[in-house]
Amino acid sequence: MTAAVPAPLPKSKILNPQSAALHIQDLTVAYHSKPVLWDVDLSIPEAKLVGIVGPNGAGKSTLIKACLNLLPKTSGAVQVFGKSYEEQRSMIGYVPQRESVDWDFPVSALEVVAMGLYGKIGWFRSVKSRHKKLAKEALDRVGIADLADRQISQLSGGQQQRVFLARALAQDTRVYFMDEPFAAVDAATERAIIELLKEFKSLGKTCFVVHHDLATVSQYFDWTVLLNMRIVKSGPTEEVFTRENLSKTYGGKLTILEEASNALRITH
Amino acid sequence: MEWYNLDTWIVITGALCASACAIPGCFLVLRQMSMMGDAISHAVLPGLAIAFMITGSRSSLSMFVGAAVVGVLTALFSQWISQFGKVDRGASMGIVFTSLFALGLILIVQASNHVELDASCVLYGALELTPLDLWHWEFLGLSFKAPRAACVLTMILVINITVIGIFYKEFKISSFDPALAKTLGIHSGLIHYLLMTMVAITTVAAFEAVGSIIVIAMLVVPAATAYLLTENLVIMMFVSVFFSIAAAILGHISAILVPSWFGLNSTSSSAMIAVMAGCLFLIAWIFAPKQGLLQNYFIKSKSHNKAR
Repeated sequence: MTAAVPAPLPKSKILNPQSAALHIQDLTVAYHSKPVLWDVDLSIPEAKLVGIVGPNGAGKSTLIKACLNLLPKTSGAVQVFGKSYEEQRSMIGYVPQRESVDWDFPVSALEVVAMGLYGKIGWFRSVKSRHKKLAKEALDRVGIADLADRQISQLSGGQQQRVFLARALAQDTRVYFMDEPFAAVDAATERAIIELLKEFKSLGKTCFVVHHDLATVSQYFDWTVLLNMRIVKSGPTEEVFTRENLSKTYGGKLTILEEASNALRITH
Repeated sequence: MEWYNLDTWIVITGALCASACAIPGCFLVLRQMSMMGDAISHAVLPGLAIAFMITGSRSSLSMFVGAAVVGVLTALFSQWISQFGKVDRGASMGIVFTSLFALGLILIVQASNHVELDASCVLYGALELTPLDLWHWEFLGLSFKAPRAACVLTMILVINITVIGIFYKEFKISSFDPALAKTLGIHSGLIHYLLMTMVAITTVAAFEAVGSIIVIAMLVVPAATAYLLTENLVIMMFVSVFFSIAAAILGHISAILVPSWFGLNSTSSSAMIAVMAGCLFLIAWIFAPKQGLLQNYFIKSKSHNKAR
């Protein structure tokens, strides 16, 4: 990679919630009083491609859903550029997991992309031709403008993922949360997504990406969050993405769970 | 076969009823919550009975208010029970709507000792009797009259189309991707309860004509048929209305004709409309261009031949 390696930021600067793109403090999320995320503290600077990495069940999706207020927090606070999610909602985009929607739904690729604009269009107003034009441009940028009028069930998995990416692009926000955009896509789609992510970064946007493939982490992301119910490590990828930290994240699952349940027993 | 003015009104009322149901029905089918229609159509019964007992009249407005309240409560209760009672959504719906339905039946049986409100009519409806209850009104010096049920159902149809028309994109996004809708500041829960309210008032309007059981067929079957045949949400709604009208026409005609082939008297039109809706679904399922039975068979045999 030829991109300039950012100098490690002094800790005091990272932890200043005003300058951080995302600042999380003491976040705990539990399902039926079982913790999924435990006491998460994070502070991530602007204009980074952030990979959120960890084993299955580590709470990666839960983390971004909690940031987006899609799940109730047991405790803790999340700030985006120093303000609460609700205040900053219009500058935050979301790319859900592909399997989270019904792809047999009777809508076209273009209609799905246009959904990214619904927040801007507002209640009681309909999708105008200029919105459709924006949506078409977004589809063009991810290379599937020719499929705009296809019903979404007739797209391949990779094409469906590109539709979601185009929707995020049309939404044009400053921060993105993406839930496994690289899951089960073809090589061409993977390239298209990473190109788009790099473009986002060059525009100063910050992307949080749940990622599974350890082989590509250091190639794709300049910031890595290693997560296994707690934050194992968060920082510039070349510092954090080490064998030792990975074995802590993936190998130490049992010990962390034990620690957490002990702590729960003490607090309750 | 003899055809009277009365038969025309029966077909029109049946078609209006099925069409009014089909529009919210499309969203029930797409949100994979068709059984919520079942639940609400049963659960509104106590709302009807209580409204009737309080006001002492079958006036439509109080009935609609009663039904809308209970319809939304059904949706709320079943969500609470599945959320806090740790039972799945199907079971919680089963608990809520059967209890409410039974309560409604008890209330109606009690009330019917004093006033005219028939339990069997609530269950099966009386489509054949609706043309006898006429509304008269004058407009520009001309006087009109039409069956009350047809007038009420027309209003409900117009209301349903208007609500979907106003909130079309909110309905679309909160049915397709509720999480995204929430991050865009579109309250999916609000749309959910709006849909539940629509289903509740539509069910009440349909009660008299077709009863609380056939109405489920009208909510679900034309919408499911249209779902098989279309790739666009607006077209799906139009096609579902088309199938509703077709089922009403075919249903009433076959209610008169089919039993006569066996030397019997004509049968219930509302039931026959539901049967015809089912037949149309079957035909669509066999011949659907993309997911149809025949098409799948041909694709399979083609690839089989290729493999050989």
